[in-house]
Amino acid sequence: MRTTSTPRAGLGLRIATFLVVAFLYVPLLVMILYAFTTQTAAFTFPPPGLTTRWWSIALGNERMWEALRLSLVVAGVSTTASIVIGGLLAAAVYRARFAGRDALAFLVVLPIALPGIVTGIALRSTFAQLELGFSTWSLVVGHTTFCIVIVYNNVVARLRRMSPSLAEASSDLGASGWQTFRHVVMPNLATAVLAGAILAFALSFDEIIVTTFVAGQQQTLPIYIFSILFRPRQKPVVNVVALVAIAITFVPVLVAQLLTREEGGHVR
Amino acid sequence: MAEAATAIRRGRPNEAASEAVRFVGVTKRFGDVVAVDGVDLEIRAGEFFSMLGPSGSGKTTCLRMIAGFERPTQGRILLGGRDVSGLPPFERDVNTVFQDYALFPHMTVADNVGYGLMVRKIPKAIRRDRVAEALDIVRLRGFEDRRPAQLSGGQRQRVALARALVLRPSVLLLDEPLGALDLKLRQAMQVELKEIQQRVGLTFVYVTHDQEEALAMSDRLAVFNHGRVEQVGAPAEVYERPATGFVAGFVGVSNVLEGEAARAVTGSPRAVTIRPEKIHLELDLDAPVDPAHHHATGTVTKVVYLGAVTRYTVALEAGGELVVMQQNLRTSSMEALQVRGRRVRLVWDRQHSRPVEPGDDPGTVGSDDPGKGGR
Repeated sequence: MRTTSTPRAGLGLRIATFLVVAFLYVPLLVMILYAFTTQTAAFTFPPPGLTTRWWSIALGNERMWEALRLSLVVAGVSTTASIVIGGLLAAAVYRARFAGRDALAFLVVLPIALPGIVTGIALRSTFAQLELGFSTWSLVVGHTTFCIVIVYNNVVARLRRMSPSLAEASSDLGASGWQTFRHVVMPNLATAVLAGAILAFALSFDEIIVTTFVAGQQQTLPIYIFSILFRPRQKPVVNVVALVAIAITFVPVLVAQLLTREEGGHVR
Repeated sequence: MAEAATAIRRGRPNEAASEAVRFVGVTKRFGDVVAVDGVDLEIRAGEFFSMLGPSGSGKTTCLRMIAGFERPTQGRILLGGRDVSGLPPFERDVNTVFQDYALFPHMTVADNVGYGLMVRKIPKAIRRDRVAEALDIVRLRGFEDRRPAQLSGGQRQRVALARALVLRPSVLLLDEPLGALDLKLRQAMQVELKEIQQRVGLTFVYVTHDQEEALAMSDRLAVFNHGRVEQVGAPAEVYERPATGFVAGFVGVSNVLEGEAARAVTGSPRAVTIRPEKIHLELDLDAPVDPAHHHATGTVTKVVYLGAVTRYTVALEAGGELVVMQQNLRTSSMEALQVRGRRVRLVWDRQHSRPVEPGDDPGTVGSDDPGKGGR
């Protein structure tokens, strides 16, 4: 942690670190660059010229806005549902002792480990069996399955770090159950809930596998991007839309990072 | 500071009943485990009462039942004569200093101390005065705006104490509050806690597994073992006249002679305990023995030089062994150590052979596990 007390990294290690970071981020930089290129299909380096034409095409595209709106709605509702369900589950698993508690804890976390394609197929056949059809709600249900895990994990980790006597102390000092929740429990959990919610939102926003199975005819932003990828004359538009997606995901994730770091912990 | 203390004392109406807490046939089970087993206990108003025992002996569970965190499975708990067995913690006129202090990490020292007043909707101005008063008592003025994370262990301890004192409870419960402090600080805090208790005149119920701490601080103490109270009494009473073999061993050194060994020394098979400092160790085996004394011969098996005193372990020829403490009045360590392996005679006044109920041996005194007893 304390950089002052650690020995300087060797040259080899520093080069390796640089290469890994470059490997992760150079493609992103390339994408940003080619969102402004004048070429339409085959990209050459360096780009022959720069233009903002693709931005006006992308931003003027009704279907792009439609997809973006759907993605935001689904991510927002899934995240809200996850805060409520995941938060309550965490409280139950942490505080109460009941039969099947460990099994429940395991079942809650399972969807994140399950391949998306399995979850997708399972949900799709369930919706078909129940003849529910596909709507914004089928997407919300699909996304909530894995968003719950993120919130749950964050909150449970924070609860485990909290001294169990905090709530007892509050009650001992005369606070009712509600006062304890409001003045002691919530302030200590708030950053964990927020961090979990932001990550859940980001996860839902760019999810594509489960989404494909439960979307029906609808297009979320990732699916829309995927569909325009194969239109030869509009390649840079993909880059523009992807940039928008990065902006929407990156900022909240950064905020979540800062929130959890401030608390001195690793909450994921 | 003295004024602040009187203010807190004055806040308490003079209780007609001299009894602060009473346990009536209290039993607590956790599933199949009996943590507290039929305890009857009376704690007087204004006294410093300790509950002493090894971990798992039920002392912490008893404390938690007074606070209201646990409900008795059977029996009743009375606070100032009133049955509170069914009341939640926030409706009881007691406050707790927790083992881990349980300070609210997101609040300043002042907000921590003022928390109980805040949830009771006491106006801000009064709150500020009473917080200042409580911080005066624990000598933490000037720390109002710090966070718990910015305090040392001893300071956190004081904040926890102030937070509980500020509400002027009829009984203050302390759950091994000094367990996390180092030895020097712990000793200083023992003196200070006792001083504060005398100044504010509140009833303190103090849970500890450290027998020296209990002896040093308490007006009276109860020794717990396996969920039962083995003995209740003033420190000197419990130390000098232990009721059971367990108490003899836990509050001091286990020096119990039983069966044949007891018969050979005292003439009766009844188990007796002798405090190690009451025994004289004599090298001259032929010296005449005063008939008012008990004596036994044996071989010194261990010698531990402790500076002011030396501790000898002597295996008796009649069976069993006794630990003997001798002040190093004239002997030096070199001489003391040379006694190892020699035959010696142990002599002590008959009145120091205290009959006890044979009980289980608590083994090494002072468990190193400060865990919650019986939970």
